[in-house]
Amino acid sequence: MLKSAFGKQKLIPIPDSREYMQSTEKDVGREKCPSCSRRVSELELKENHKVCPECQYHFSMTAWERIHFMADPDTFQEFNSDLRSINILDFPGYDEKLESAMKQTGLKEALVTGQCTIGGYPVILGTMDSRFMMASMGSVAGEKVCRAVEKAIDLKIPLILCTASGGARMQEGMLSLMQMAKTSAVLDRFHQQGLLYMTLLTNPTTGGVSASFASLADIILAEPGALIGFAGPRVIKQTISEILPADFQKAEFMLKHGMVDKIVNRLVLKDTVESLLRLHLGGKNG
Amino acid sequence: MVKRHFDYEEKYKNLQGKFEELQELSKNLQFDLTNEFKLMEKKMKDIRDNKYQNLTAWEKILLSRHQERPTVRDYIEFIFDDWIEMHGDRCYGDDRAVIGGIASLKGIPVTVLGHQKGRGTNENLHTNFGMPHPEGYRKVERLILQAEKFKRPVLTLIDTPGAYPGVGAEERGQAGAIAQVLMTLCSLKVPIISAVTGEGGSGGALALAVCDRLLMLSNSVFSVASAEACASIIWKDAGRAEEMASALKLTAQDIKDLGIADEIIEEPMGGAHKDFETMAKKLEESLVSNLKELLALESHELNEQRYKRLRQIGRFQEN
Ligand SMILES: [Zn+2]
Repeated sequence: MLKSAFGKQKLIPIPDSREYMQSTEKDVGREKCPSCSRRVSELELKENHKVCPECQYHFSMTAWERIHFMADPDTFQEFNSDLRSINILDFPGYDEKLESAMKQTGLKEALVTGQCTIGGYPVILGTMDSRFMMASMGSVAGEKVCRAVEKAIDLKIPLILCTASGGARMQEGMLSLMQMAKTSAVLDRFHQQGLLYMTLLTNPTTGGVSASFASLADIILAEPGALIGFAGPRVIKQTISEILPADFQKAEFMLKHGMVDKIVNRLVLKDTVESLLRLHLGGKNG
Repeated sequence: MVKRHFDYEEKYKNLQGKFEELQELSKNLQFDLTNEFKLMEKKMKDIRDNKYQNLTAWEKILLSRHQERPTVRDYIEFIFDDWIEMHGDRCYGDDRAVIGGIASLKGIPVTVLGHQKGRGTNENLHTNFGMPHPEGYRKVERLILQAEKFKRPVLTLIDTPGAYPGVGAEERGQAGAIAQVLMTLCSLKVPIISAVTGEGGSGGALALAVCDRLLMLSNSVFSVASAEACASIIWKDAGRAEEMASALKLTAQDIKDLGIADEIIEEPMGGAHKDFETMAKKLEESLVSNLKELLALESHELNEQRYKRLRQIGRFQEN
């Protein structure tokens, strides 16, 4: 039921970045590519998995778009969908922010987790949605990551997390910071089982998420152009007041500096992930 | 305007000076004011006591960053015997914002790690204001694994505004270095005790705070990000840092109430810098007694407890 509701939602064009918002009325149904400025029709974008046909710019995917893209059709079963954030610190405005994020996205939190198959291989898959309060990690995201990891340990199957996050959910104070330690603890147990953990870093992966579970995978993939780093570029600019390198903190920069295994174009992402699964698990599809 | 300095002690000193002047002057008077003076003095003390018992979160932040606040090195040199500092990550360099080494705590060999802030501009430039780069976290990683090999407990002292946000730090993998330390600490087979002695800032502080016991000095703070940063990001107004400090629930008492800190070590009147020796002795006592308890546990028990301790952190609704 829940799933079909999201399925419907998928058809409604959802603005993913500020550039979308600025489009004028005559451009309805056509998105302006932030990289090459070409107007891309909704259908074109959808058929090309939200990659600009002109310049290969990777538009953000929502959590469910990502799931439908990665998982074999009709195999994804979500779990822990009922976990919701609470305003434990009585932080001013947090309830309202959660409310509007839920309304805007149809999600209860920024992270969706579940089980599915990819290329026939059973995996635990998690995706994050940057429209939901910049996919900041609070108690719920931390708990959902942990439960996903535990499920993968239980079932002895690989874990794949597609990350996107602006960092810790400040409105939950230290409880949110501690999720970095909590997810690391559970992942340590996962690794002791000899199981495969892969992350796909998508735009943006920064702060507490990059400094915990996103970086603790056996294999770290990244989408082209994704912003990846610990501190946000704005903070760095303020601190050092220097001009930053042009590709600073982009996936390509991180690859150059040895921080990610591979940058994968979305159009071959599924093939790459399937090959990696096959190389670890063996079997068919050869 | 956001208050930038904690100046109550200055005020108190001025008040006391004036009071003494008044007492001196009154000697020439015909009548005896001794009782009145006693009352006044008591009142001054009461107001001061009251002030320190009711510091706001922002005042605690200012105290935790106080110029004269003892640094981690001060504590190490006072508390431990035979402190031998170890340098470098064996890969890139030696980060002076994080110090580490081996020492003896009441005859028990331990590995000690901590953030090092400086006093004054020169020292702070040398230690980068206690803000580590990735090589700092890789030094930590190296020394905690060494501690495990030789079955030495690990003690960490926390005092940092956060990990350094800069080009070099990003180029050398700040995020990955912190994440790796977090994960290594989770499964380390020796006891880990952490104490926040000053500022506990963000992930850069957390990397030294995955432990079996978290102690906090009473005016220390521990926060997801600095109050200034949170105010400018969430409210787009860095000027509201004082208000943000209260909203973030970052004082030692808040952190204990959230079930993250285990013990608060009361600071002397006016803050740790007012009576360093008393403060350091108190911290030493707490470290010793907590370490004794932890050393009584088998390594697998220790691990299980640490895991449970971390695993249960977080509050949410499920239905
Ligand atoms: Zn384009």
